[in-house]
Amino acid sequence: MSRVLVPCHVKGTVALQVGDVRTSQGRPGVLVIDVTFPSVAPFELQEITFKNYYTAFLSIRVRQHTSAHTPAKWVTCLRDYCLMPDPHSEEGAQEYVSLFKHQMLCDMARVSELRLILRQPSPLWLSFTVEELQIYQQGPKSPSMTFPKWLSHPVPCEQPALLCEGLPDPSRVSSEVQQMWALTEMIRASHTSARIGRFDVDGCYDLNLLSYT
Amino acid sequence: MLQEESDLSLIIAQIVQKLKGSNLYSQLERQAWGNWEKRILKSLNSMCTELSIPLARKRPVGEQKELLNKWNEMGTDEPDLSLFRPVYAPKDFLEVLINLRNPNYENGDSLSFRTHLGLIQVPLKVKDIPELKECFVELGLNTGQLGIDDSTQVPPELFENEHVRIGQKVLAEQDSAAAQQYIRQGSPTALRAELWALILNISSEPEDVLYYEQLKTNVIQHDLLVDSLIYKDVKLTASNDDYYFVFEDYLYQVLLCFSRDTSVLSHFAYNSASPPKSYIRGKLGLEEYAVFYPPNGVIPFHGFSMYVAPLCFLYHEPSKLYQIFREMYVRFFFRLHSISSHPSGIVSLCLLFETLLQTYLPQLFYHLREIGAQPLRISFKWMVRAFSGYLATDQLLLLWDRILGYNSLEILAVLAAAVFAFRAVNLMEVTSLAAAEAVLADLSTLKVMPLLQIFLFATVT
Repeated sequence: MSRVLVPCHVKGTVALQVGDVRTSQGRPGVLVIDVTFPSVAPFELQEITFKNYYTAFLSIRVRQHTSAHTPAKWVTCLRDYCLMPDPHSEEGAQEYVSLFKHQMLCDMARVSELRLILRQPSPLWLSFTVEELQIYQQGPKSPSMTFPKWLSHPVPCEQPALLCEGLPDPSRVSSEVQQMWALTEMIRASHTSARIGRFDVDGCYDLNLLSYT
Repeated sequence: MLQEESDLSLIIAQIVQKLKGSNLYSQLERQAWGNWEKRILKSLNSMCTELSIPLARKRPVGEQKELLNKWNEMGTDEPDLSLFRPVYAPKDFLEVLINLRNPNYENGDSLSFRTHLGLIQVPLKVKDIPELKECFVELGLNTGQLGIDDSTQVPPELFENEHVRIGQKVLAEQDSAAAQQYIRQGSPTALRAELWALILNISSEPEDVLYYEQLKTNVIQHDLLVDSLIYKDVKLTASNDDYYFVFEDYLYQVLLCFSRDTSVLSHFAYNSASPPKSYIRGKLGLEEYAVFYPPNGVIPFHGFSMYVAPLCFLYHEPSKLYQIFREMYVRFFFRLHSISSHPSGIVSLCLLFETLLQTYLPQLFYHLREIGAQPLRISFKWMVRAFSGYLATDQLLLLWDRILGYNSLEILAVLAAAVFAFRAVNLMEVTSLAAAEAVLADLSTLKVMPLLQIFLFATVT
C-alpha cells in the first residue's frame, strides 16, 4: 500500500500549565502541538511518523468532518500511547515511531486538523517534544494487472512422445537446467559483500599517520 | 600512561556545554566516543613519530624467513619494548564513562534526588533483582548447577551424571540452541570445548584453516606497530600470570593474526565505534588508497590479551582457538570497551553494578562512598576483562559458560555486586580506598556459582 506525504503546517508547542508560566519551580509536563493542512482538503489519514525526543505518552485528537452538513468535530483517536516504558530512563526516548490508522480508536476519514498532546511526567528531563513529524495519506492503488490468458488458464500437460532408449528423462533434465539457470541468475544478481580479506592496496601497506576525521 | 588525563575532563565538559540544548543524546554518545577515539589515535600517532617507527612496514625476506621459523616460539623473543606504552588502560576508559552526560538530563550542581550516587550519571534502564531472577532462572536454588552440585560432598548420581549424559546427547544431536540452554547450568569440563564451538557455530572446515594460514602469511609479510603493543601487553599481563604464562606463544599466534583479520571489520556495523583510518603514503585523501589500521580496526589496550588466555585451556589447535576467540570478541568482548546504551554494554553493566549495590547493600555503598572508595573504581577492571585473570580458571570458565548460555554480559555486573556482598563485613571496616582495594585484591579463592546464587536467590531483601 503506497503512501503519500501530506504537506502540513506544524504550529509551535504550547505548554499546558497550572498557574503562572513564569514560575520556575516546575517544568510543564504537558505540551500540545497543533498540525493544520492549509492547502489540502479533508483526507483519509494513513500513517503518522515522527522521531521521539523524551516524550513518555502521546494522545492524538483529530478534527473530523462527518458529513457535509454537520460541523467538524474533535475526536480522540489515540489515548496515552506509551512511548517510554519507564519515563525516568532512556529507553524509547529517541526512537523513530510510526502509527497506522488501524491502531487508532476511530476511523481516520476526512481529517482536517490534528492535535498531539505530549505528556512527560518525569521531572528529570529538561525538555521533551516530537520531531520530524510527517503525515501520510493513502496513495493511489496500483493498477490491477490483467494476466495474459495463458498464465491464468494454463493448458493441460501434453503427453510427451515416447523416446528412444538411452536418452535421459526430459522433464528431469529440464528441471536440472532450470535450477542451474536460477543459480546463475542468483549469483549474477547478488553482490557478495564477502571480503576477500586483503587489507593492503596492491601489496602495499605503507601508511601515513592515522586520520582524525 | 597518557598525560592528558586532567585535560580530558575539561574537553568533555566543554563539549557537553556546547551540546546543551542540542537535540540528540546519541550525538553525545558519538561525541564522547569520538573524542575518546581521537585521543587514542593521537597517542598511537605520537608513539609512531617519537620512536620513528612506521605504523606498518613490509618485512624483508630474511626477516620473514626468521619469523616463520620461530612462529611457534615467539615468546622466546625478547625485543626491547621499554619505549612502548599501552595506548590506554581500563582506568582511563572509566574516566571517560564517568564524564558521560546527557544534555537533556537535569544534572543540577547541587545534590538532589536526581543525582546518581555512583559514578555513572547516565539514566539507562537496568534490571533489578526480581527481573534478574526471572532472567537467570536456571541459576535458582532448585536447579542443579555445575560449580555447586558437582562438589565432592554431593554424590554424582544426584545431578552430575545425568547432566553429563544430557550434554553428550546435545553434542550428538549437534543442536546449537539446545546447547545454549544446556550450558546455563554449566558445562562438564570434558564437553566444554565442543559445546562452546557448537554454540558459537564454529566448525573446523578446511577453508577456516586456510583462512588462518592466510592471516599467518599476512603477519609474516608485514610488521605493524600494533604488534609491539600486543607483545608488550602479553609480556605485562598473561606472562606474569601463574595460570596463563604457559600459553604465551599461543597468545601471540592468535593476537597477531587477529590484527590482520579484516572480517572483524563487519562487527562495526553494530558497534558504535569506528575503525581508525589511514591512507597509503603519498596518497593522502584519495579514497581508493584508504585503509583501516590495524586491518581489523581494533586497537588493543592494556589487558586485551586476557580475553584470549582462558580459551587456551580449551583449544590447542591454533586455527580453532583463533576462530573461537574471534567469535567471542565480535559477540561479547567488544561491548566491554566501547560506549553504547546496549544492556550488555559496559556503561549499562557499570550502572547495573552500582544500582544493585546501592539498592541491596545501602550501608556498604554509603560507607565506601564516604571514605572516597567508590565501588565502581574497584570493580571496573574486573568487568572490563570479564574477570579474566582475577578468578581461578575453572571458576572463570563456569562464568563464561553462563555468558554464552544467556547471551548477555549482565552476569558480570551481578557477580561484581555479589563479591562485594560476600566481603561486606570486611569492607565495612576499611577507612580508605587503598584498604578497600586490598580487601578485594585476591579473588582467586572465590567460588562463582554459590556467590551468584546467594546474591540473586538467597538474600533477604
